[in-house]
Amino acid sequence: MNEQNRNYPEGSAFYSELRKRYLTATIWQTLFLSALVIAVVSLTALIYNVLDGAFGYVAFEYKNDPAEFTPTPIHELTKEELLVILKEGLSSGAYNKLDNEQKMEKRSQSELYILFLERLLQIDTKATWSMTDSLTRGDEIRAEVAEKYPDAELEFRSWLTPQFLTTPMSSKAEFAGVRTAVLGSLWLVGIAILFALPVGVGAAVYLQEYAPKNWLTNIIQTNINNLAGVPSIVYGMLGLAVFVRLLETLTSGAAFGVTDSNGRTVLSAGLTMGILVLPLMIINAQEAIKAVPDSLRQAAFGVGATRWQTVWYHVLPNALPGIMTGSILAISRTLGETAPLIVVGASTFISLDPDSPFSKFTALPIQIYQWTTRPQAEFHAIAASAIIVLLVLLLSLNATAILLRNRFQRRW
Amino acid sequence: MENINYAIETNDLSIHYGSFTAVKGVNMKVERQKITAIIGPSGCGKSTLLRAFNRMNDFVPGCHVTGKLLLDNQNLYGKDVDPVEVRRKIGMVFQKPNPFPKSIYENIAWGARINGFKGKMDELVEQSLRSAALWDEVKDKLQQSAYALSGGQQQRLCIARTIAIQPEIILMDEPASALDPISTLRIEELMQELKKNYTIIIVTHNMQQAARASDYTAMMMIDDQRAGGVIEFDDTKTIFTRPGDKRTEDYVTGRFG
Amino acid sequence: MKEETLNIKPMETRGFRQFNLKKKLRISEALIQGLLFFAGILSIFVTVAIVYELGKEALLFFNDPDVTLGKFFGTTKWQPGIGQYGIWALVSATLTTSSIAILIALPLGLASAVYLSEYATQKMRSILKPILEILAGIPTVVYGYFALLFVTPILKTIFKDGIQVYNMLSAGLVMGIMILPLIASMSEDALSAVPRSLREGAYAMGATKLETSLQVVLPAALSGIGAAVIVGISRAVGETMIVAVAAGAGPNFSFNPLDAAETMTGHIARISGGDLSYNTIDYTSLFAIALMLFLVTLVLNLISQWVVNKFREQYE
Ligand SMILES: Nc1ncnc2c1ncn2[C@@H]1O[C@H](COP(=O)(O)OP(=O)(O)O)[C@@H](O)[C@H]1O
Ligand SMILES: [Mg+2]
Repeated sequence: MNEQNRNYPEGSAFYSELRKRYLTATIWQTLFLSALVIAVVSLTALIYNVLDGAFGYVAFEYKNDPAEFTPTPIHELTKEELLVILKEGLSSGAYNKLDNEQKMEKRSQSELYILFLERLLQIDTKATWSMTDSLTRGDEIRAEVAEKYPDAELEFRSWLTPQFLTTPMSSKAEFAGVRTAVLGSLWLVGIAILFALPVGVGAAVYLQEYAPKNWLTNIIQTNINNLAGVPSIVYGMLGLAVFVRLLETLTSGAAFGVTDSNGRTVLSAGLTMGILVLPLMIINAQEAIKAVPDSLRQAAFGVGATRWQTVWYHVLPNALPGIMTGSILAISRTLGETAPLIVVGASTFISLDPDSPFSKFTALPIQIYQWTTRPQAEFHAIAASAIIVLLVLLLSLNATAILLRNRFQRRW
Repeated sequence: MENINYAIETNDLSIHYGSFTAVKGVNMKVERQKITAIIGPSGCGKSTLLRAFNRMNDFVPGCHVTGKLLLDNQNLYGKDVDPVEVRRKIGMVFQKPNPFPKSIYENIAWGARINGFKGKMDELVEQSLRSAALWDEVKDKLQQSAYALSGGQQQRLCIARTIAIQPEIILMDEPASALDPISTLRIEELMQELKKNYTIIIVTHNMQQAARASDYTAMMMIDDQRAGGVIEFDDTKTIFTRPGDKRTEDYVTGRFG
Repeated sequence: MKEETLNIKPMETRGFRQFNLKKKLRISEALIQGLLFFAGILSIFVTVAIVYELGKEALLFFNDPDVTLGKFFGTTKWQPGIGQYGIWALVSATLTTSSIAILIALPLGLASAVYLSEYATQKMRSILKPILEILAGIPTVVYGYFALLFVTPILKTIFKDGIQVYNMLSAGLVMGIMILPLIASMSEDALSAVPRSLREGAYAMGATKLETSLQVVLPAALSGIGAAVIVGISRAVGETMIVAVAAGAGPNFSFNPLDAAETMTGHIARISGGDLSYNTIDYTSLFAIALMLFLVTLVLNLISQWVVNKFREQYE
């Protein structure tokens, strides 16, 4: 058969060519896979880097000698002993102030211990080491400390402690916590969702169920897709111009009798975040509504339901899991966004819990940013701890989303 | 050798999708440089059988084959057989034309290039297009996208690119079912041309086409377990005039179902 | 009588009924529809507000007699407080960091996409895709930490004194890692959208998997991949925290990745994070930068959407 044109390698020639082709294929396949390996390695490195920073040796000195306060080794102090020491050591004014914040007797041993360290012994961190260094170079570190800081104690410390979660900001890294920041973040999430959820679902319902196919609908849809791609810092500028400045009387609470505030409140920031996550919210709700089969709508119309009754009783309940997943994505975004908060003026130092929409605020990512950009290593350590808090929050949110998705997944 | 005249032989060939047996116990000998048609109601496993001939089913997860499929006395599903070489020797034209999103010229040159073609590419392109009766229509627009062609032209381009790599056998799965009658006729004429050089196996559900164009016909039908099988295999004339099986008679005369 | 407890009378006694099929005004329905429409149109207001507010302040900036377009686009020092308005000082850093990011994210993202869509088994996908999703979900400030405290020290051991503590290379590299999942997932969508028949066509000609993937599937998905790259660029240009933490705090006209420099976004973040009073040139200049950012990313996003839609049509 076609003898006229035998220009293809046959037999062993074909096989040697084929072997070359397979070799190339293997090389490329390895290259493709290594891209994913790089991604995995990066993620591992990032997580390792954070953990590495949050635990490790600390060399510190006490400004005041523990022996001045008690003969007992300080680690063994009981709650009662600590109470006595604090009462004696602190000025009565300082003691009463603390007592007013929270009854001293009601405080736990560890809280009192921290007060003791902070107020009386006055801890002074000389150096910190990463977890890896601490585990692999323990002896060197001990030698180094003995030489450089003969009075210092060396301790392996987890910077992430229960107190870290419950104490507010402090100018000393050893005593700083993320309480104010976590509460601020929760306020932001609350305000943002309160705005974005109803508006987002409303917009999605309008676009999927009501909107006629015309140029206006087209523009709205394109516009939403575009808004989803606008850099977050631009939303920050919008929030600054509109909520912080233009609507200051409302967002500062001046219109409601609040006097000691300007527009840089958790309300302004929350609304800015609400607008930022709105496109995400709409797009996800649209997807969820789209997935509800038409037969359901027709069934509802068939028994004489109005459009809204159809939407309210049939479409929305069935789209709910998708809408919830979208909300969780929006919450995650609100928890992690930093740039717009800087622009609308998150406070850099604040230790009062936010207690109204008109409070000044800080947020978890803002604290991470602040602490990361400090030169002292102990601040990097608490930045790492705050990152762990943030990542754990985000991971549990996402786990919830996945559970929701699996639980409510319907097969039509 | 006894089977020198046969391009493909199957030996109790069964094809399974997971635990479901789609085609069962096929024994047939496909003669060289002839056109063999496979007919039967839809869902009876025609495509599945055809795709087994050049191991296209390898890409369907869970699909596996039992029994034997012999090409030149080698089992196509033997352990040391390379599927890429199998497909290079047994080309395929699909139901819907699927030219690559490249120029007309590239559509043909690509397969030749990957298979290590050493001759003059321009000549090969022209020769293949001529063999597929497409040259005159496209000779002035070889660099245009293949998507600009009509459906019938696209299908002939797919035939041309298959011819270009000079396979032994060409498989065609309802190659004309997506085409208009005039394009269909051209494809049929083309097949008569091609059988001088190639062995052709064609799946069709168009009875006239099978009767007109093929030398042999295999009739497939499903059994009560929904497994398809070849119930009759003979020359086309016999199948259409004196079928041995009642079901075949019902089917070819249109009395089926 | 039983009859009385039944609301529905037997057919025969219902009598003749007059149907009224005229349109009824349902007030609550109309009200709800109005509200929904408002929710839908609100996003337009957001865009208008962005353009208006950014434009208004930017106009104030450009109306300053000291500021000229020539200075703005023609000089390379940025210090509005002392009359230096050369935007290039910031644009250079944005270009440098974004280029590095794309240089990293494009090949890695594309290779990941090809592997996931053409090679990976179902099981591998179920492990690898969540990893990419986690990578995509990490807040950028965390990437900033990673850049400054992990990548920069490594770069320091490589380049020794040749590299500054804050540098664009570290920020760009980490930004590339951040954008990788985006490019990977968009490209994977584009690759998966290529019909199976095309792959089968290639296999039927004796092509190997690699030849099919690289020479048939990839070119067929090219426009979708292009859209992914454009979105990636837009993300890189708009990214703030990584550069704010790791790239440097001060405008510096430089394209050298080893230098410290401040991007447009980083500059906005730093200046607005300080004490900023309204109606100063510092304040209005930030809006001018933000407007530029908005317009650039808008154009990029529009192009990418257009490409994606075009691509979708091709296979429908
Ligand atoms: N990829 C597949 N996976 C599982 N079952 C399949 C697949 N393709 C075809 N089948 C089943 O195999 C049987 C034969 O299909 P097919 O070969 O396409 O029939 P025909 O081409 O004769 O219409 C059908 O029952 C069909 O449902
Ligand atoms: Mg078929």
